[in-house]
Amino acid sequence: MSDTILTLTIDGQPVSGLATETILQIARENKIDIPTLCYLEGLSAVGSCRLCMVEIEGSPKLHPACVTLIQEGMVVTTQTERLQGYRRNIVQLLFAERNHVCSVCVSNGHCELQELAHKLGVDHIAFPGCYPELEVDASHRRFVLDHNRCVLCTRCVRVCAEIEGAHTWDVKNRGMRSRIVADLDTPWGDSATCTGCGKCVHVCPTGALSEKGKSVAEMLKKRPSLPYLVANRTEERQ
Amino acid sequence: MKKRRLATLWLDGCSGCHMSLLDTDERLLDLAAQVDMVFSPLADIKEFPEQVDVVCIEGAVSSAEDEARLHRARRHSKLLIAMGDCAVTGNIPAMRNVHGADAMLRSVYLEREPLQAQIPGTNLPPLRDKSLPLHHFVHVDLFIPGCPPAADTLFTALNGLLTGTADLRLDTRFGA
Ligand code: SF4
Ligand code: SF4
Repeated sequence: MSDTILTLTIDGQPVSGLATETILQIARENKIDIPTLCYLEGLSAVGSCRLCMVEIEGSPKLHPACVTLIQEGMVVTTQTERLQGYRRNIVQLLFAERNHVCSVCVSNGHCELQELAHKLGVDHIAFPGCYPELEVDASHRRFVLDHNRCVLCTRCVRVCAEIEGAHTWDVKNRGMRSRIVADLDTPWGDSATCTGCGKCVHVCPTGALSEKGKSVAEMLKKRPSLPYLVANRTEERQ
Repeated sequence: MKKRRLATLWLDGCSGCHMSLLDTDERLLDLAAQVDMVFSPLADIKEFPEQVDVVCIEGAVSSAEDEARLHRARRHSKLLIAMGDCAVTGNIPAMRNVHGADAMLRSVYLEREPLQAQIPGTNLPPLRDKSLPLHHFVHVDLFIPGCPPAADTLFTALNGLLTGTADLRLDTRFGA
């Protein structure tokens, strides 16, 4: 079954893929750019940031491209004015929810949130800022977690649980009160499970996770080759 | 051609955006040929004049005085440009918004064991608890993010507005 080839249209372009593949995968294979934030190749897809929402003909709802499998004859649109408007709103809400001061951020110039704003033409934040009082956890020997810049994408949670196998990170509370926590909400430096591998730092799309000693704009992230790590591991198991 | 009337206004910012404007170097001569500078911290004019074509505003709104100056600039200007991150997002001055002006002043001027512990206050407009971007108070016609926006960006924007370029695609972003 899984090797049946399905055909569909994305933005008017006829494309094809396997029944196990998502709209996002097929779009990227065909150089159709759908913006994402929580998605990272090699990690499980959670569809939480809602930036990859697309329209599917015949459906009144919008669908997250990263978790929607393709179907025969699907007609997908990824770039309508309505979708771009929602995407601009999402990015602005992320800025308004916490304290992002790009000019003094370790990730200035290398940040996915900043880049999304630029790409989507967000040149100001229409919503009033929340200015919440948030902690900076610098208790770890080598790394810092600055909640002011966290967008709750959960990439750190997933890479730690799924790739490193330590499951140090989790999310506490709900909605606006959600926070990333280490172990059972201990300072990161006291975590009994953290191996200090730094994968979370390097998959974090913003300046929320960084290496100590990095100043403004100095935090360049090296995305670990997750699909490669996953593929090797699968071979070992067999 | 009649020269356009250009003004620049400095609210709560570090003057870096004005410095960036000066960094356009010899292109300032091209600009000077097209405009009359009718109000600016770079010119000695006390009152914001009437009938301004374009005003570039640096800095966030941090006091009642800033707000009054902003409203006057808006009333008398056809196009209002938010120049730089402080005007666009609040940026550095807005970092105090979490704890308020008092806590910030105490922390900077009293709690760091300075030689002469005192909060400067006489004859200064009192700071509001929150420092906010321009568009929270008035309509903004063009946002130019950047801290500061590059000289090239500012020149492209001003030159574009003066020559009536319809589609201003500025290659800048927050923190640029
Ligand atoms: S995390 Fe990104 S968007 Fe937030 S302040 Fe840093 S550079 Fe700006
Ligand atoms: S710390 Fe970084 S990777 Fe983790 S949820 Fe926040 S933004 Fe995402």
